[in-house]
Amino acid sequence: MIGLLLRDLRLAVRAGGGFGLGLAFFLIVVVLVPLGVGPKADLLALIAPGILWVAALLACLLSLDRIFALDHEDGSLDLLATAPIPLEGVVTIKALAHWLTTGLPLTLASPLFGLLLHLPGPAYPWLMVSLGLGTPALSVIGTFGAALTVGLKRGGLLLSLLVLPLYVPTLIFGAEAVRRGAEGLSATTPLVLLAAITLGSIAALPFGSAAALRINLR
Amino acid sequence: MTSIWEYANPKKFMQTSGRFLPWIAGLAALCMVGGLIWGFFFTPNDYKQGSTVKILFIHVPSAMIAINGWGMMLVASLIWVVRRHHVSALAAKAAAPVGMVMTLVALITGAIWGEPMWGTWWAWDPRLTSFLILFLFYLGYIALWQAIDNPDTAADLTSVLCMVGSVFAFLSRFAVDFWNQGLHQGASISLDGRDDMANVFLFPLLTCMLGWVLFFLTLVLLRTRTEIRARRLKALIARERMG
Repeated sequence: MIGLLLRDLRLAVRAGGGFGLGLAFFLIVVVLVPLGVGPKADLLALIAPGILWVAALLACLLSLDRIFALDHEDGSLDLLATAPIPLEGVVTIKALAHWLTTGLPLTLASPLFGLLLHLPGPAYPWLMVSLGLGTPALSVIGTFGAALTVGLKRGGLLLSLLVLPLYVPTLIFGAEAVRRGAEGLSATTPLVLLAAITLGSIAALPFGSAAALRINLR
Repeated sequence: MTSIWEYANPKKFMQTSGRFLPWIAGLAALCMVGGLIWGFFFTPNDYKQGSTVKILFIHVPSAMIAINGWGMMLVASLIWVVRRHHVSALAAKAAAPVGMVMTLVALITGAIWGEPMWGTWWAWDPRLTSFLILFLFYLGYIALWQAIDNPDTAADLTSVLCMVGSVFAFLSRFAVDFWNQGLHQGASISLDGRDDMANVFLFPLLTCMLGWVLFFLTLVLLRTRTEIRARRLKALIARERMG
C-alpha cells in the first residue's frame, strides 16, 4: 500500500499537470476575484474566507478525474482491483495521494493567498486549521465521485455535478470557521463539525467508492 | 397471503398496476381538483396575507412530495441493491424527474408568494437553500442515469449515489440551519395538533396533499410501466437482430 502511495505521488509530481496545477488554479481564482468585484480592501476582507474556501474546493475538483482515469486507461486499475490488498484500501490510498498533492499544498500556501485578499489578521491560523481539517474530506468525497464516473467518456462535467452538492456541508463549516476567526469569535463549533464530517467521510466513504469501482470494472 | 415481492415480477407488476392505474389517476384528479377548488374558493382570506396565502395549497404538497420522493428513491435503491428486483430500480429512475419537478414547483410557488410577503423572490434562508441543494442532488442523479449505457451498471451506480447522497443531503440540511437564520416559518401541521392551522385551511390542504401523493403514485407507476415496456422493446429488437 505504501508502494502504491509512493507510485501515485511520483506520478503526480513527475508526469506534470497534477501537482502544482491545483495551486496555480487556486492562485488564478484568487487573482480573478478582486478583478471582478473591485479592489476595495474592506469588501475583499469581508468575502475573503468564502472566496478562499470556494477556490480551494474548485482547485480540488479540477484534479479529481485524474485519480482513476489514467489508471483505468492503461489497465492498471484492473490489476489493482485483483491485487491481494482490499479495494477499499486502494481507494483510501488514492484519496490520500490526492490530498497530499492538492489539499496539503493548498493548506500550506493559503496564508499567502489570504494576504492577497486582505484577510483579517486573526483569521490566518483558523484558515490553515480549517483547510487542514476540511480538505481531506474534499479528497475522499471527490474520490467517490471519481469512482462513480470512471468508465464514462465525458465524465468530467458530470463529476462536478455529482460532487459539488456533496461538498456543501464541508464548505459551509469550513468557511464559517474562517469567518468566525476573522471576526474574532470562537471557531470551535464549526471546526469540530468539520472534523466530524472529515472523519466520518474517511471512515465510511471508501466502502462506497470501492463498491462503485467494482460495479464499473465488472 | 401473497407477498409484496410478487410485484417484483415485471409481468405481475404490469398486470396489477395496469388494473389499478386508472383508479389511482382518477382519484388523484378528483382530490387535486376538489382540494384546489375548495382551497381557492371556499376558504377565507388571511387577515394579513390576503388571498396570497392560498398558494400554500400547491406549495406545501409539492414540497412534501419533493422530499418524500427522494425518500422513495432511497427505499427503491436499497431494494434494488439488496434483492436485485429490476422493477425497483426502474421505479427509482422513474421517480427522479417527478421529484425534481416538484422541487422546482415548490421553489417557484415559494418565490411567487415570497415576493409580495417577504419583499424578495429569493432569500438564502435554510429551507430555501436546502431545497435548492435537493434540486442539485436530483439533477446529478438524473444526469448519472443518462450518462451510463449499460442499464444494470447505471442502476447500481445511481443506487450507490442515492444512498451516499441521502446522507449528505441530510447533513446539508443541518449545516444550512447552522449557517443562516431562517425567514421561512416552521411547520404548522403536526400529529399532536397543538400549533396547527385552523381547520378551515387544514382540511382542503390535507385533501390536496392526498391528491399530490396519488398524483405522484400515478406518475411513478406510469413512468415505471413505460420503462419496463422500453426495456422489453429493447430485448425484442435485440432478439430480432440475433435471429
